[in-house]
Amino acid sequence: MIKLDGVGQVFEGRAGRVQALDGIDLHVQENEFVTLIGRSGCGKSTLLRLIAGLLPPTYGGVAVAGEPVTAPRRDVSFMFQRPALLPWRSVLSNVMLPVEISGGDLDRKKYVERAHELLELVGLDGFERRLPHELSGGMQQRVSLCRSLIRRPKVMLMDEPFSALDALTRTELSEELQRIQMELATTIVFVTHSIEEAVVLADRVVVLTPRPGRLREVVEIDIPRPRSLGQNAHLTEVAQISAHLHALLAEKQAEIRPVDAR
Amino acid sequence: MTNRSWLTTSRSAAVLLPILGLVAAIALWWLAIVAFSIESFLLPTPGAVAAKFLEQPGYLLQQTWVSFLETILGFGLAIVAGVPIALLIVRSVILERLVYPLLLAVNAIPKIAIAPLLVVWWGFGQLPKVLMVLLVCFFPIVISTAQGMKSTPAELVELLRSLKAGKAQEFFKLRLIYALPQVFTGLKVAISLAVIGSVIGEFAGATEGLGYVITSSGATADVALAFAAIALLSVMSIILFYGLVLLEHLLLPWAQETR
Repeated sequence: MIKLDGVGQVFEGRAGRVQALDGIDLHVQENEFVTLIGRSGCGKSTLLRLIAGLLPPTYGGVAVAGEPVTAPRRDVSFMFQRPALLPWRSVLSNVMLPVEISGGDLDRKKYVERAHELLELVGLDGFERRLPHELSGGMQQRVSLCRSLIRRPKVMLMDEPFSALDALTRTELSEELQRIQMELATTIVFVTHSIEEAVVLADRVVVLTPRPGRLREVVEIDIPRPRSLGQNAHLTEVAQISAHLHALLAEKQAEIRPVDAR
Repeated sequence: MTNRSWLTTSRSAAVLLPILGLVAAIALWWLAIVAFSIESFLLPTPGAVAAKFLEQPGYLLQQTWVSFLETILGFGLAIVAGVPIALLIVRSVILERLVYPLLLAVNAIPKIAIAPLLVVWWGFGQLPKVLMVLLVCFFPIVISTAQGMKSTPAELVELLRSLKAGKAQEFFKLRLIYALPQVFTGLKVAISLAVIGSVIGEFAGATEGLGYVITSSGATADVALAFAAIALLSVMSIILFYGLVLLEHLLLPWAQETR
């Protein structure tokens, strides 16, 4: 579903050239859940923006559903760290924003129905007419999740969407996200800096090295779903993999040997 | 303790306290006149001012209406001219560099220096006053609108881009609405200046309006009449300001909570 071939990104800043990403080769299968982890500044958010078509890669190829990415696509949704809701729009109207922007070719009535279903799915039925500032941070991020689901995306790109939430809300939302992914069969690439979150959510965890961001290792997570960050039936497995990932992330620059993880 | 919390939280206190302040100020004014036995041709008593108003309410309200109209017309013109210019400045760096120093220079001129020129060019009618109001209101409206247009959070812009929104959608669905609270901040600054602008315009040469009442009362040393006109000016200013506040509450109910 997503194909990255030798992707690299160089930023020309005032302080000179910064190599953010280099030689990224990665294939994400349809309906796969991939998490990206790495230290801050390793280019994981940049990688997500390349896939979204928000940023053209300096070199290498990015393709989604077999087509090279040159601009944002309607069947790819992006979810941010903060809810990014428009403060003057009601919950329902925020969820409907992507439909409105797509314009007249969509059957609006059908999508309003779908918006109601999605809000119910995340436990926000009855809040349709509220304004964002009347909701808690967790509820706002749920609205944001509904918005990114409204156009039935093939691919969902998520940039640390739960990192600003409290631990309990985070646990709930990561369970909801797994359920939603199984129900709706979407492909998800999820950036996080939480090792545990990466392990619990992913089919595969991609570990990036910092400056420049290269693939350090791709770890398959073979724990049956649904998995939970809270009352966890697979505590030992999660702990083992987490320990391994922790070791990878703690490596000093000199010890790092990038791998070809195709 | 209970007293203090009642004074800061209750609604009736919010209305009563300003009235109490006003009554106290008037009482002090009156007391000062009695205590220092100030002559009435220097400072009239509040009672004399009120009597002056009641002597010819029709005339004074008519002059208030004249000044009000000049203020509103100039203010409206400043919005009609200022907002589009701000939008253009934000869109184009070249235009900003071309126009911005000019705006600063015009704003730096004491407007009162231009008032006699406006009279030379356009006479004693309504037009020079409206133009004076336009001149004093223009700058704060342009600046606040431009700042508002630049205040759109980067992540909301990125959201719209990720949704494949066009430039027009980005402008109308995001940037413009996001700028409105700051536009209102500029409008609230401008409306108080607008009243001052109309008075300056009338001072330079007029045959009617509250500013004219003040200058002509100076000729006959009718201090009480001048005070009545000043009081009407401040009432007008307060009404215009709170009118804008009310409009903002109605149009932008989301803005108070998010800023």
